[in-house]
Amino acid sequence: MKILVCISNVPDTTSKINFTGDNKSFDKNGVQFVINPWDEYALTRAIELKEAKGGTVTVLNVGEADAEPNIRKALAIGADDAIRVNANPTDAFFVAQQIAAVAKENNYDMILMGKESIDFNGSQVHNMVGELLGLPTVVPASKLDMVDDATARLEREIEGGKEVVEVKLPFVASAQQPMSEPRIPNMRGIMTARTKPLAVREPVGAEAKSAYVNFSKPEKKGGVKMIDAENAGELITLLRNEAKVI
Amino acid sequence: MSVLVFVEGLNGEIKKSSLEAASYGSQVAQTLGTTATAVAIGDVNEEALSKLGEQGISKVLYDGDSRLNQFVADAYVKVIAKAAQQESAKVLVFSNSNIGASIGAKLAVRLNGSLATNVTALPSINGADFTVTRGVFSGKAFADVALTADVKIIAVKKNSYEVSANGGTTATVEKISADLAESDFALLPKETMMQDLDGGVLLPEAEIVVSGGRGLKGPENWHLVEDLAKVLGAATACSKPVSDMDWRPHHEHVGQTGITVSPNLYIAIGISGAIQHLAGVNSSKVIVVINKDPEAPFFKAADYGIVGDANEIVPKIIEAARALDK
Ligand SMILES: Cc1cc2nc3c(=O)[nH]c(=O)nc-3n(C[C@H](O)[C@H](O)[C@H](O)COP(=O)(O)OP(=O)(O)OC[C@H]3O[C@@H](n4cnc5c(N)ncnc54)[C@H](O)[C@@H]3O)c2cc1C
Ligand SMILES: Nc1ncnc2c1ncn2[C@@H]1O[C@H](COP(=O)(O)O)[C@@H](O)[C@H]1O
Repeated sequence: MKILVCISNVPDTTSKINFTGDNKSFDKNGVQFVINPWDEYALTRAIELKEAKGGTVTVLNVGEADAEPNIRKALAIGADDAIRVNANPTDAFFVAQQIAAVAKENNYDMILMGKESIDFNGSQVHNMVGELLGLPTVVPASKLDMVDDATARLEREIEGGKEVVEVKLPFVASAQQPMSEPRIPNMRGIMTARTKPLAVREPVGAEAKSAYVNFSKPEKKGGVKMIDAENAGELITLLRNEAKVI
Repeated sequence: MSVLVFVEGLNGEIKKSSLEAASYGSQVAQTLGTTATAVAIGDVNEEALSKLGEQGISKVLYDGDSRLNQFVADAYVKVIAKAAQQESAKVLVFSNSNIGASIGAKLAVRLNGSLATNVTALPSINGADFTVTRGVFSGKAFADVALTADVKIIAVKKNSYEVSANGGTTATVEKISADLAESDFALLPKETMMQDLDGGVLLPEAEIVVSGGRGLKGPENWHLVEDLAKVLGAATACSKPVSDMDWRPHHEHVGQTGITVSPNLYIAIGISGAIQHLAGVNSSKVIVVINKDPEAPFFKAADYGIVGDANEIVPKIIEAARALDK
């Protein structure tokens, strides 16, 4: 089975977010980048399926050279090889076209992604790739198992419940908890990752359809009003008369 | 040219988040000097649809094909694409739900349009410039994004645009249908497991959320969360460790790796307020924190705070809330 896992390189979940250049761009200074947490669920599940059924796991990132440490990390966790499309990934449609171009050249049995990137929170790329390739797309999936060599069974989260769908390979899916338990790379993994292939290719010509023009931060809260534990019921009065939310 | 809004149904009625999208769409239409049309699919009753006039919708296109009572993305996309073409829609508005965002992304490819999800405010329109504000970095920032394609597709974040009720006329309801092929139903669910709402509220749609963390010590104490939720008409939620330990079902887990909520009121009981938890709740309008540790980081993000043992505090609050209803 050939599996493609798309990973994005995002600020660590604990990062302080700042902007530079007149609030025109994200300030990477002092920010630690990680594999997008949702993508780790996809990556680990792909590796588990490979371990069970054989095959290969390729990771793909559309990004600049500074994403390579996290691409190597994905190789250390257990992917076999990697592709980096050398471009600044600012527009979802542009990224989706890059992923679709790679997918068209290789016959992947499944293309797995995360539910959303935690930096731009777009939740767009997976459905766009599915549409560009004309493949069934299951978003977001919390379980992924093989029924037989040609069919997968996925559990999809819907509002207020979940659904089970069965889909013939190839397909696109995005992962969320509890699809797998993300792994930490071990020493052997880290050593072998250094020699695994990481191909860098230039982007295909593609049109961006959006442009970030300005960033801002939410207004600071006015501070917390403390209520004495003895008079906890007072909260209800405040919520009704002051905050007017109940 | 017109604005097209997709409205989602739930048990025959229109979801509140879709009424927000309809209100947003009508306002955009007004700014552009055009009208707003809605499109609805599946399990929504026609009376509810005609009432969309109150949100400024003049016409509703309705596909009542019963095969579409369940969400099947490819079939929905076909129907909405047809509606968009029929109305020469230049702006398409969705609610930023799983369904809305999924269809939006597929339509962006099909209609060659620009897409913005998680949008929190009306667009600023200046000649050909069309810019929207959206939430980024898990609620830690906003970004203004210029949508440069001819067709703009917007998914409006829940509870960020108020439902308007202009008391307008009723909307006319017209039928629409698309040529659906067998292949459009490839992802028809084999099985659907809906959670038992038991008269309760669906978490992503809730205006009030009562949430519990590891501080509650075990599932046997969840009656505190549930009882408070019940008197307030709220949905229940939890932190990640709570669902990891199976004290609560996974779909209740909010935060960076769970679902994002932005209710009017979020009450956190025994939750420390880790940054990954805040990422999922920080756009709630009012936050109440109940924690026995006065140094718990959550207090910094709170509007109201109570320091003490949840087992003693929560029953007092439930009692006060019950007294209010009498
Ligand atoms: C990549 C990543 C993603 C993550 N995603 C999420 C996410 O989506 N959502 C999420 O919630 N977490 C997430 N986490 C975990 C997060 O970092 C915290 O570990 C988690 O939120 C802590 O949960 P908690 O507040 O319930 O538990 P704790 O941190 O253990 O806090 C329990 C709190 O209860 C208080 N308490 C104890 N007893 C009582 C009592 N009797 N009465 C009142 N208060 C009491 C304590 O003072 C304490 O503040 C993520 C972590 C990582 C690394
Ligand atoms: N630059 C990128 N390179 C590779 N995959 C990406 C990139 N951006 C997004 N993805 C994938 O698409 C998913 C959804 O991302 P988004 O639409 O940005 O929220 C992510 O979880 C990744 O799996």
